[in-house]
Amino acid sequence: MAKVLVVTSGKGGVGKTTSTAALGAALAQMGEKVVVVDFDVGLRNLDLVLGAERRVVFDLINVVQGVAKLSQALIRDKRLENLWLLPASQTRDKDALTEEGVRSIIADLRTKFDWILCDSPAGIERGATLAMRYADEAVIVTNPEVSSVRDSDRIIGMLDSKTVKAEKGERVEKHVLITRYDSARAARGEMLSIEDILEILAIPLLGIIPESQDVLRASNVGSPVTLNNAASAPARAYIDAVRRLMGETVTMMVPVERKGLMNRLLGRRAA
Amino acid sequence: MINLLRLISGRNASAPVARERLQILLAHERGLRGQPELLELLRAEILAAVSRHVVLDPEKVVVRMERGKQVSTLEVDIEVPNGFERSLAAAS
Repeated sequence: MAKVLVVTSGKGGVGKTTSTAALGAALAQMGEKVVVVDFDVGLRNLDLVLGAERRVVFDLINVVQGVAKLSQALIRDKRLENLWLLPASQTRDKDALTEEGVRSIIADLRTKFDWILCDSPAGIERGATLAMRYADEAVIVTNPEVSSVRDSDRIIGMLDSKTVKAEKGERVEKHVLITRYDSARAARGEMLSIEDILEILAIPLLGIIPESQDVLRASNVGSPVTLNNAASAPARAYIDAVRRLMGETVTMMVPVERKGLMNRLLGRRAA
Repeated sequence: MINLLRLISGRNASAPVARERLQILLAHERGLRGQPELLELLRAEILAAVSRHVVLDPEKVVVRMERGKQVSTLEVDIEVPNGFERSLAAAS
């Protein structure tokens, strides 16, 4: 049965789009049929992170308005045949996205895919509420930083009240994904620890993505980090997170950068 | 409290401060969230229950919620006019 998963956070810039791309690609790499849907109308970026920015012809709103068929708007990834993108509109009025339109597209996607990943815009306005509206599960992307944790708490409250599942008295399954984590700084007490965040938010942990230059490098070249450098620390963390999403029990650990000998020597010299 | 935390954990350890500030803030914000609906519902039902036996001024029924760290308190303040027993007796 298809699963609708919203990747959300409240706060902007914490890594929703990067995480949607990485989780989507990792699911596809494991043989699942995946579509990633960009809900950030007016500020689309999932196409860019996936390296499909020059292939966008039709978008989500064209489909809502009946200008294009869903099959015309879906873009198949060139590297992963199981991964598809439904881009957001770049120019149109964001009110063009209607609840009924989203309902009908999600229902249609459910018949075609195993996973529907909805990349939410930042904020708590219409775009964000529509992205979570039909979700079965939610990944709340959180940085170890006070404003991000506060906004995540707010979003958790909305997932528990403003989704179709919540209105039916059911629960949206929620997971927290901690990104940009620096274990050395957390150990020195300079950054909120995993335990602090989990205690405050009180939802299960899906994964810990370490702060890493591999993430930026991957988005620079338009390739999800799990595809661009599968052996890198963030890629391994995303792959573990996806295995947990699929029901596997995977020991939680913070992947560390594997430094080469030269780096280690240079690092020591610098310190 | 925050200064104490800073003393215990060393000068650079700002994480305990972040944690404490968040816990206080979120306890407050979670209290506000959803509270209006819950309190309004409680008020309406309490008013209905008491009004079956006592004649009340609906505006004199106040329901308040105080959120605490461990427990929260629900305060119900109902002003009952003097001699309400007599009005009840007359009604029955």
